[in-house]
Amino acid sequence: MTGRVLDLLTDRLTLALLVLTALMFGMPALKPLFAVLYPSLERPLYEADSFLALTADHLALVGLSSLGAVLVGCTAGIVVTRPSGAEFRGLLEAVATMGQTFPPVAVLAVAVPAIGFGVEPALIALTLYALLPIVENTVAGLEGVPASVLETARGLGMRPVEILLRVELPLAAPVILAGIRTAVIINVGTAAIASTVGAKTLGLPIIIGLNGSNPAYVIQGAAVVAVLAVVLDFGFDRLTFLLSRWRV
Amino acid sequence: MIRNRVLLVLAATAVAAALALPFLSFAPNRLLSGRGIALSAVLDLPWGVALLPGVVLLAAPFLRPSKTVLAATVTAAILFAAGLVGLAGQHAAQLAATAAPAARTSFGAGFWIMETAALLAALDGVRRLGLSPPLRIAVGAAALALVAVQVAAGHLDQLSILKEYANQRDVFVAAVVRHGVIVAASLVPTLLVGVPLGVLAQRSRAVGGIVFPVLNVVQTIPSIALFGLLLAPLSALAGALPQLGISGVGLAPAVIALTLYSLLPIVRNIAAGLDGVPDSVRQAARGMGMTPRQIFLRAEVPLALPVFLSGLRITLVQAVGLAAVAALIGAGGLGAIMFQGLFANALDLVLLGAVPVILFAVVVDAALKLLVALVARGAA
Amino acid sequence: MIAFERVTKRFGPWAAVDAVSFTVEEGELCALIGPSGSGKSTALKMINRLIVPDAGTIRVAGEDIARLRPEDLRRRMGYVIQSVGLFPHWTVERNIATVPDLLGWPQARVRDRVTELLELLKLDPRRFRGAFPHQLSGGQQQRVGVARALAAEPRILLMDEPFSALDPITREALQAELATIHRETRTTIVFVTHDMDEALKLANRIAVLDQGRLVQCAPPLEILTRPADDFVRDLVGREEWGLKVLAVETVGQRVRPDGEAAGVPLPSAMPLRRALSEMVARGTDRLPVVDDQGRPAGVLHLADLVRP
Repeated sequence: MTGRVLDLLTDRLTLALLVLTALMFGMPALKPLFAVLYPSLERPLYEADSFLALTADHLALVGLSSLGAVLVGCTAGIVVTRPSGAEFRGLLEAVATMGQTFPPVAVLAVAVPAIGFGVEPALIALTLYALLPIVENTVAGLEGVPASVLETARGLGMRPVEILLRVELPLAAPVILAGIRTAVIINVGTAAIASTVGAKTLGLPIIIGLNGSNPAYVIQGAAVVAVLAVVLDFGFDRLTFLLSRWRV
Repeated sequence: MIRNRVLLVLAATAVAAALALPFLSFAPNRLLSGRGIALSAVLDLPWGVALLPGVVLLAAPFLRPSKTVLAATVTAAILFAAGLVGLAGQHAAQLAATAAPAARTSFGAGFWIMETAALLAALDGVRRLGLSPPLRIAVGAAALALVAVQVAAGHLDQLSILKEYANQRDVFVAAVVRHGVIVAASLVPTLLVGVPLGVLAQRSRAVGGIVFPVLNVVQTIPSIALFGLLLAPLSALAGALPQLGISGVGLAPAVIALTLYSLLPIVRNIAAGLDGVPDSVRQAARGMGMTPRQIFLRAEVPLALPVFLSGLRITLVQAVGLAAVAALIGAGGLGAIMFQGLFANALDLVLLGAVPVILFAVVVDAALKLLVALVARGAA
Repeated sequence: MIAFERVTKRFGPWAAVDAVSFTVEEGELCALIGPSGSGKSTALKMINRLIVPDAGTIRVAGEDIARLRPEDLRRRMGYVIQSVGLFPHWTVERNIATVPDLLGWPQARVRDRVTELLELLKLDPRRFRGAFPHQLSGGQQQRVGVARALAAEPRILLMDEPFSALDPITREALQAELATIHRETRTTIVFVTHDMDEALKLANRIAVLDQGRLVQCAPPLEILTRPADDFVRDLVGREEWGLKVLAVETVGQRVRPDGEAAGVPLPSAMPLRRALSEMVARGTDRLPVVDDQGRPAGVLHLADLVRP
């Protein structure tokens, strides 16, 4: 029993989560620390929103855009690997690869003249950007299913839908998950910058701090979003491990 | 019978956009939103002729995709794309003749969709033709050139983005240069640190076991957060050692952060490239009496080069984007123009900053892909 | 049981299977043999409609299979391929249970069937049912592949070069087990191979294909002694032809019913080739023979092995 508790405590995901929770809830407790480090600052602690609320908003933006991207992107990836959609595959893959050379911050900025300010352009830009690695990885994952497995699945009498749901998608899952992971991590960073287009995220203290020469704000916002990103990355790592027990 | 469903979908999308969405948007000044202008309203000669290649694009989905048809499709698509731009420039000039100097004519949603559809049609045709990478890049360059010529001739000067450029020309050029400086400056420490680190990481599992997890964590941290977290120590350092000439904002944190982010792709790709060298090659080289240094330089490096260059490509493309974010901490560059536009609600300024950043990244990507192709062909 | 009626399949201008007609009786093991490109795999895949013929009819148990839904047809047949194709993300148990699950068998029945099949294929159920394919050797994977094919008690088993990728020792072991399973379950088996010795060993009937055409369809002994043409003769091979003939016939077919001889008796089901080997080993030209029940059945003389 102690062994398992010890394992849990030294597990890096748990540790990161603990740090994140501490920062989210306990940032006000650090106010004296920042007051000491930056005595010249009138306001050493960002208090306009709680870091808990900012984190929640940040996660909502990332989560919603990722969910949309998964729904659209995985569907597109599936359609394009079926005989009926194969014609579109080459172009879709080319667009997905090329799109990933576009810097995310530029895609975010370009969304504003098109859609306006606020959370909407951020949501659109993040969804579009998340689509690219997800589509690419869905196609790659489905393509990676061995031909012999597909042949026997057909030969044993599985219907095409059954083959997709019971064989192809589970086998492609680790690769698809890697794509989702890439998309989410990039989006956590872009969502922080999205404060410049009017979305409320953990980037807000950073941007306000940079504009108003308040390094305390910057550090507070930066610390929380950095730990958040690390927590999500460790989380995906764990999820990948759990999904891949059957792999060599 | 439909022979090319992709092209058909693209053509249909373009037609729908032409009919339903505004081609241009005209606003009396920067602050007010514009009224839409449909494609049908701008079809005056001489540039109206530029839409004729569009007929090819509408017919091509029903023709057998022979090499001739595909080549015609690609050419028509590029001409059509350039023609749309020229049409916009022509109409903007017409409007400017009778409007106040503060008026803005900018591209509408319809233009963007038609333009994207045309470029995708060209991309699809290029793919179906199976052109080699240098040829593909040539086609892209031709498409770009057709627009660049128009810009150089001043034909597009009345479009808002170019009016903005005219206002900001010196600032813009300085920003482009600055952007390049940031990227290039970060490349030096990246290679100096990253190459040896990559070699070490591949040879020693212990080193790799430390280096990769650390670099992975760095890579995960959002760029703006890393910039922010570097502020404090660098300011402190600047305060303590003013003779170093650095400060917490500006070039120093930008270059340091870019270097840190660039390390992972470089280290990972060097390790992977060296890993990919077959042991038999190393053994044969040893058997021939080469020293370890000779083995490294003559056997391992040439074989690992393509993978390394791929990593360099990823690094540079990433760096172009990061440099844009670095504008937030005062590093300058195209990002400064972009964010200035965002903060001041000057949307054409935003485009003036963002579109060149995208082009910069795409060009760097294409250039390095070309380099990889040449090296691979040379090695084969 | 299975009837091909002038079945043709074209890929472009070239006929992979060209107006092929033959029948496989119920309970028979029919080997489809020929060099690569002869159309044997294509013909096999037309039986479970993985490939659809351009002309001709295929009947299974009298029914035209074109009338059936492909999935229903396939669930009634077992299918084993060379590369096995086990589902890597499922345990051995779940792999074997694939078709029974598709058919909706109750869980208890599925579990028992899996145990039964693992034992049939000489895999310890306790050790193997929870294992994943990547933990198994090539031979073990193919055993699971065969078990999976037999799981829903199909009356027909289709096998496409199932043992060709295995090492010779494992291959021999699996061939022997297949022969046993065939004897015990009386399943109709269609077996594609390029190895004539394998076909001679296992098949009741051999169908020889050459560039899509059926050259000869006959029992092994007839293929050996009355080949239709040089192609078949070459396929059989001229080396050690005599031993191949001896391998196909049994002691019981040449025993002289009366007489006595000394020595450990030979079972009457033993192939003559082994009987010859025994005689050479023991340095004698005659040996006693016993039948299945162990009762004396006569004497086998070396001279009778050589008679025309």
